[in-house]
Amino acid sequence: MTLTKLTRRTLIAGAAATTLIRPAAAQGLAPTQTMRGGSNNYRPGAPIVERIGGGGFWMTGTVRRAGDGAPLAGQRIQVWAHTTEGHERDERSHGATLTDANGEFRLEMPQIVPAFGQAHGHLAYDSDEFETVFLRPLMSSPNDTTLAAHFVLQPV
Amino acid sequence: MRPVLIWGAFLVLILWPFAMALGSPQLAWREPVYIAAGFAGVLAMMLLVAQPLLAAGLLPGLPAMRGRRLHRWVGGTLVVLIVVHVGGLWITSPPDVIDALLFVSPTPFSAWGVIAMWAIFATAVLAIWRRHMRFQTWRAIHMTLACVIVLGCIVHAVQIDGTMAPVSKFVLSIGLLAVSVPIIGRRFIDQRERRL
Repeated sequence: MTLTKLTRRTLIAGAAATTLIRPAAAQGLAPTQTMRGGSNNYRPGAPIVERIGGGGFWMTGTVRRAGDGAPLAGQRIQVWAHTTEGHERDERSHGATLTDANGEFRLEMPQIVPAFGQAHGHLAYDSDEFETVFLRPLMSSPNDTTLAAHFVLQPV
Repeated sequence: MRPVLIWGAFLVLILWPFAMALGSPQLAWREPVYIAAGFAGVLAMMLLVAQPLLAAGLLPGLPAMRGRRLHRWVGGTLVVLIVVHVGGLWITSPPDVIDALLFVSPTPFSAWGVIAMWAIFATAVLAIWRRHMRFQTWRAIHMTLACVIVLGCIVHAVQIDGTMAPVSKFVLSIGLLAVSVPIIGRRFIDQRERRL
């Protein structure tokens, strides 16, 4: 039913698409795009912390390089959310952590609770080496005690 | 007996979701301004159920004339509640409200709330201007706005994970539809028949 009839128009469009997409395909992994609302209540320069507040909830994820997908170690990821201990805007709701040798990060923080209608977290990569990315992942259930978010960063 | 049943059903329909919201665990993790903003929204949805009933004079003891005067007061209260709702949310998290007002919010329910908000403001302005308009024109616009407000409010509320408990919120939405559709529909039919 969705068979495309091969006409001069589709042939030209197909050829154009092939040449346009090829270089990206050769590069492999596409960079993560900033999500809508991701930067809301962002506070630049949140300190690197052992954990945010009393903990009990885990924000996890990975950071890789666009193109070859190589894990990026030592990258600073900032995390904030509305939790049982504070609003998104509160300074105490913000913290940052660094990725390990495998490009993975794990930051303990208070339980995220629904705010503005959805249980969600915020993450930012905002250092100089790569393009800035803001994420706003949703929890599938407000009872979840962990949330994952993955970055694929584009070198500046 | 009938008046007691009607008032009883009406009060249970609007007060049950309110009581459930008052008991929400989410309140423990919110600042007073955020709580006030949330409850302004809950109260607005409760009062919205009364609006078609008051306009049609269907609540016992509040026939057409008295009902309609109260309908106007409740309408004015809705405007105030919406201002408190949006203002309180703005104080709690300005960027989220700015996103919503500009229709670029990541949350699908925000746009519906903003549409209902503008429809309520437009209804209030038109109500003030009513005497300067042809009655049939005014009523057609008023009823169209009423549809937008009811639908916008319901689609906004049901998608929110907030202080309102899902079941009571769902029942309140069904109740709001159940009173609005026949009453608003009746006005549209009247209008068409008069034109024929």
